[in-house]
Amino acid sequence: MLAGRSKFFIGGLLVLAAVVYLIITSTQANAEYFMTVDELHAEGQSAAGKSLRLSGAVVGETIQYNPDTLTLTFEVAHVPGDNAEIEAQGGLAQVLHDAVVDPARTRLTVSYTGAKPDLLQNEAQAIMTGHLGEDGIFYADELLLKCPTKYEEAVPEQVNGN
Amino acid sequence: MFAEFGFGILILTFALSLFAVGAAVFGYYGKSDRWVESARRAQQLTFPLITLAALALIYLLVTGHYEVKYVYSVTDVTMPLYLKVTALWGGQPGSLLFWSWLLSAFATAVTLRKWDRDREFLPWVVVVTSVTLTFFLALIIFFENPFVRWWQTLSGDFVAQMFAPSGGVLATPNNGEGLNPLLRHPGMIIHPPMLYLGFVSFVIPYAFAIAALVTGRTDDRWIRLTRRWTLMAWLFLSCGLVLGMRWAYDVLGWGGYWGWDPVEIAALMPWLTGTPFLHSVMIEEKRGMLKPWNIFLIILTYSLVIFGTFLTRSGVLSSVHAFAQSAIGPMFFTFIGATFIISAALLITRWKDLRASLPMNSMLSREALFLLNNLLFMGILIVCLWGVLFPLISELVTGVKVTVGPPFYERAVGPLFGALIALMGIAPLSAWGRSTVRTLGRAMWKPAIPTVLTPVILFAFGMRNWIALVGFTLIAFVLFITLHEYWRGVRARMNAQGEGFFTALGRLAARNRRRYGGYLIHIALVVMAIGILGIEVFQTTTQKSLATGESLDISGYTVRYDSLAQFDHTDGRYVTRAVLSVFKDGEFLQEIYPRYDLYPSGQPMTIAGVRTTLADDLYVVLVNWEDVSTALAPFKVYHNPLINWLWIGSILFIIGYLVAAWPEKEQE
Repeated sequence: MLAGRSKFFIGGLLVLAAVVYLIITSTQANAEYFMTVDELHAEGQSAAGKSLRLSGAVVGETIQYNPDTLTLTFEVAHVPGDNAEIEAQGGLAQVLHDAVVDPARTRLTVSYTGAKPDLLQNEAQAIMTGHLGEDGIFYADELLLKCPTKYEEAVPEQVNGN
Repeated sequence: MFAEFGFGILILTFALSLFAVGAAVFGYYGKSDRWVESARRAQQLTFPLITLAALALIYLLVTGHYEVKYVYSVTDVTMPLYLKVTALWGGQPGSLLFWSWLLSAFATAVTLRKWDRDREFLPWVVVVTSVTLTFFLALIIFFENPFVRWWQTLSGDFVAQMFAPSGGVLATPNNGEGLNPLLRHPGMIIHPPMLYLGFVSFVIPYAFAIAALVTGRTDDRWIRLTRRWTLMAWLFLSCGLVLGMRWAYDVLGWGGYWGWDPVEIAALMPWLTGTPFLHSVMIEEKRGMLKPWNIFLIILTYSLVIFGTFLTRSGVLSSVHAFAQSAIGPMFFTFIGATFIISAALLITRWKDLRASLPMNSMLSREALFLLNNLLFMGILIVCLWGVLFPLISELVTGVKVTVGPPFYERAVGPLFGALIALMGIAPLSAWGRSTVRTLGRAMWKPAIPTVLTPVILFAFGMRNWIALVGFTLIAFVLFITLHEYWRGVRARMNAQGEGFFTALGRLAARNRRRYGGYLIHIALVVMAIGILGIEVFQTTTQKSLATGESLDISGYTVRYDSLAQFDHTDGRYVTRAVLSVFKDGEFLQEIYPRYDLYPSGQPMTIAGVRTTLADDLYVVLVNWEDVSTALAPFKVYHNPLINWLWIGSILFIIGYLVAAWPEKEQE
């Protein structure tokens, strides 16, 4: 009888161990680290190969696009990663503007293959997933853009208080 | 007028619902049937009342009362009537009202039945449904009121409030913002109600489980009474999930159907506890085992339903910070936490009464395999919870925010789903009580032969991906075993009764609906798995800017860019539509028309041009960027093998469900 019970107990433990194993290995293999441009710069080549998620301000004059090969490169300037800090510095639009006009900001070259998104323009916020190459260029697999001015326009006819 | 009316009705219903809770508790402990009866009447009255409130909101939506903020935010003058009506669940406040309406309808349907044999359950079913309803009505009234209106104050500002601020005048915009174009799709119109129907139906078995715990009547009566509700919940939830996938595939233009985002996971989680519940209640009915486990599963399902309702429409998960800021978030978590703790405490106090009457001995018995199925589902649930919570945990512990994306889920969940498919093959062959390797082997050696041949044949045809080979072998295993089971049953009838094949098949299913309907659902699920495996493993994609007349090749197809048209549509959107020709082996197959619509609100919508066959989809997206022109346009092309079996499987699923759940002649 006891043998019967422990049989099930061990079986259950095995299933549990398998689930834990799958979670741990999958997390290790697929974790994406949120970083700012400054943090990545500080970490340097030790971050190479890690899967990263990065946010930065697009510097308009650096955008280069070849529609034939669909290769897109541009530079992003460092913006803080913390929402509270962004608010303290005057909101996202202000932070993005400051980042682009400040020549002392850390910049990072980004390379992406694919169609050029509409919203890729000066002072847009780029959120990129990818990895840092050995050449110091960030190779993005995924590129999301947010344009704060567009969001402000989207607020309904000066209706506030909601 | 209608806004005040609707709001007034909601307050009245809230009071009535509170009264129902109090009267039912008082009636139960005071042993007063009159009070219980009064609670039941009060509860039944909530249904017509909420119906009135919902009708008031629909009236405002349809007649374009844009002074109502909700109407303003989800409709505009160009929207057709059916979209204005369905905008009832187009936003958070409206969907909460819709949810409450469904709940009151189901609760009323339940209390209308005859209660002769189950009188003691009644007060607690009323309590649980009414507490849930009260909570949702409170959310609507205090936080997400759909009847709030725009007012212009003396200083010229606009504010949204229910009643006029001092000196304020009602402000009536000429037009609303309109429903998000992404949601103007047939799939998106039916998808939320389906999901909600599924969510709400699970409240009923939960209510009976709690009633069973409180009253101490812990036999399987509560399960038998709610079996149909559970099945219905499961059907609607499953359909809701599939419709959501179809919508994503048709409208979002990224070539996929499921992206593992937190909102999708929130809708999946109740399914991950509801499905094992559906299986393990069978063990309780047949063998009297696992009583506490079943009650725990339904408690968990209920909590996840409330959690899912909160997440699916509110969008708070996109930002962790929004959670803390929204007033509604803490309310939800308090409610979920409180109901879960109270339910679990009840379960523990009744633990002694719930002990199994029979011990579980054989590892290969049907009940043991069902238990394993339950464990695997719990494993998948844990993976999902981990994926959602991991960013929060890692930020708290290490200070670095780390997320996991779709590859994490695919890798962690894939083997668990694989094991579930294997079980789907074995479990139906094993016997209740006791099975051995020998008895199982005897039952499965015939279907095992074609199963073993499957990977060999696939390998011979050039399939080298081991995940696909394992996956298709498991799928073949389930298909052959299940079809063999059908065949054994049919053949027995043909021999014994001298019936023809189809008569025998029909009568076989009719005599044992639950079993053969369930088998059909298993077949449907593995057919869906064929589609999922096909697109997950073999999807290929390429992108290129094409000049007119130029073409690109993908997976044996040639796609040629012929022309492009840009024009204004009557409903205000600006359409860019490309014409492409699809060729295979030099032979013209058909034209496809990928589209890019820009709505006046600035919201774009990408509709893929698709050539669809049973073997694959050729899915072409016109990628937008400013310089799209007739001469040169960028395209992204996906080749999605076998994807249509996902949709075919889901139709089979519904048929299987109907066989399993069709009302049989009075049996009670």
